[in-house]
Amino acid sequence: MKGMRATTNLTKTGIYIVCIFLSVLSIFPFWVMFMNATRSTFEIQQNSIGLVPSKFLLSNWEILQGKTFDPIVGFVNSMLVSTGATLCAVYFSSLTAYALVAYSWKLRQPFFTFIMAVMMIPTQVSGIGFYQFMYRIGWTNSLWPLIIPATATPAMVFFMRQYLMASLSLDIVDSARIDGSREFHTFNRIILPIMKPAMATQAIFTFVFNWNRLFEPLILLTDGDKYTMPIMVSLLRGDIYKTEYGAVYLGLSMTVLPLFIVYFALSKHIIAGVALGALKE
Amino acid sequence: MRKNNISYAKYGYLFSIPFVLAFLIFNLYPTIYTVIIGFTDLRGLGRTTFKFLEDPFENYKSILNNATFIRSLQTTFIIWIFNFIPQVLLALLLTAWFTNRRLKVKAQGLFKVLIYMPNIITAATIAILFNSLTGYPKGPLNDLLMKLGILDAPMNFHLQSGTARGVVSFIQFWMWYGHSMIILIAGVLGINPTLFEAAEVDGATPTQIFFKITLPRLKTILLYVLVTGLIGGIQMFDIPRLFLWGGPDNATLTSSVFIYNQAFAGSYLYNRASAASMIVFIIILVLSGILFYSMRDRAEIKLKKTERNRLKEEKRMGAVR
Repeated sequence: MKGMRATTNLTKTGIYIVCIFLSVLSIFPFWVMFMNATRSTFEIQQNSIGLVPSKFLLSNWEILQGKTFDPIVGFVNSMLVSTGATLCAVYFSSLTAYALVAYSWKLRQPFFTFIMAVMMIPTQVSGIGFYQFMYRIGWTNSLWPLIIPATATPAMVFFMRQYLMASLSLDIVDSARIDGSREFHTFNRIILPIMKPAMATQAIFTFVFNWNRLFEPLILLTDGDKYTMPIMVSLLRGDIYKTEYGAVYLGLSMTVLPLFIVYFALSKHIIAGVALGALKE
Repeated sequence: MRKNNISYAKYGYLFSIPFVLAFLIFNLYPTIYTVIIGFTDLRGLGRTTFKFLEDPFENYKSILNNATFIRSLQTTFIIWIFNFIPQVLLALLLTAWFTNRRLKVKAQGLFKVLIYMPNIITAATIAILFNSLTGYPKGPLNDLLMKLGILDAPMNFHLQSGTARGVVSFIQFWMWYGHSMIILIAGVLGINPTLFEAAEVDGATPTQIFFKITLPRLKTILLYVLVTGLIGGIQMFDIPRLFLWGGPDNATLTSSVFIYNQAFAGSYLYNRASAASMIVFIIILVLSGILFYSMRDRAEIKLKKTERNRLKEEKRMGAVR
């Protein structure tokens, strides 16, 4: 028995070492990035791993300014796109899920089967057609084509439906009817509050997904005023930044910082949300 | 659902309208449009008019004969394999550790938060960050490897196809193994705990429990991880596009980057790019189909078969009687 405990302890030590190593592996690149954002190009060239901050944050910021990378414009545009797309996706997915759960209509089952079928279709398949379509109606260099299509998010309808099936009692709907509440009013005033927990989880993921999206903005937006954050980031790969190491690290840091704040504030919900997403099967 | 003789069915249709409209306009129509463009002569920046080709499959033929496209498929596959296999193995190992009832690993919450973290960071940022980190001759990775005595002289990771692909695979692995792990752990927590208790009472070792109980029960979730990983992996775009712009010598040019380059750079070959995206889509469909087919539960199928036979038998007996 004693020998067994010793082996268990040894195994446990091994597990902790591996887990700590993996945690360091997650943090280390970002740590180097944040530290190098405060170091001068000369310092970085001397020793590219700085574990403590230096004092060149402001001069790096000055180098960044006046060039193509504009984190404020990128931030505002990404905010608009992500907020708009999240609102569209969460509201209309909930509405569609409610239609699937609360009413019995002839096409209900076929419609649900259809949603299941298109859930897995990759978006890039329609990329060229989408670009051509947007070009023809003059919607390139507009943020709308990054927002409105989120109205149809099959995977979220699926998730919301599962949630409603488990948590909605149709008696509530019936008593609302007896009280004279109109159907649309019932949805907005009674059903939406019930769905809040599911909406919050889905909202976080949709927001982050849209914040990080590169492909669609890249093909649609050519005007610098409309660039979203990921496109702004991609400019840091350009030749004008080739020797400005500190400034590049600072630019990268500025795009990571908001995500870090959101992530560490909501990490519990995010991890729980990922786990929940898998169990929807 | 009928009360006071009022049918509420129309609201089912009414409330689905926004979704259906958005889907038809922004999803279905562009998809069909892409299919059509694949059969036309649509090319050149700013052009929107086209006519159908005499040989409808000309674009498909030229894409399938395009050595760069074929190589991009191979590249995608190689990068995917070298990211996905270690990703799933490590995720399974961590799942086994974190759900081991005897070990009771502490600080799991913290480990999960840190291990999952890279997944929510903008892929574009990570690609450029790793481009800086793997810099040559002075770069954090080179400095680190030389300090640890692994390398004698700095290595140019961007110049050789092997190391460039290796870095892309590593980034994908590093961004996604935490995600797979959390999904697998959720799968294990969904397994009926009495199964584990019974196995423990019977004296099964943790290894036996993992391979005989946990793994077979995780099949559906593993399939989910596999299919989503496959669909996502084949479409890999942000990292290979921004890490080295597909280089060196197209070694990290994945099929999505190839399609992008065809359509939105050079001679703006929308038609060829459309044909290429259709080919990639068909590959995704076929591979997912094979996965579903090979992972379906054999025991369940057998059970259904015997059930069907039994019913048939009963029917026949009934008829005889």
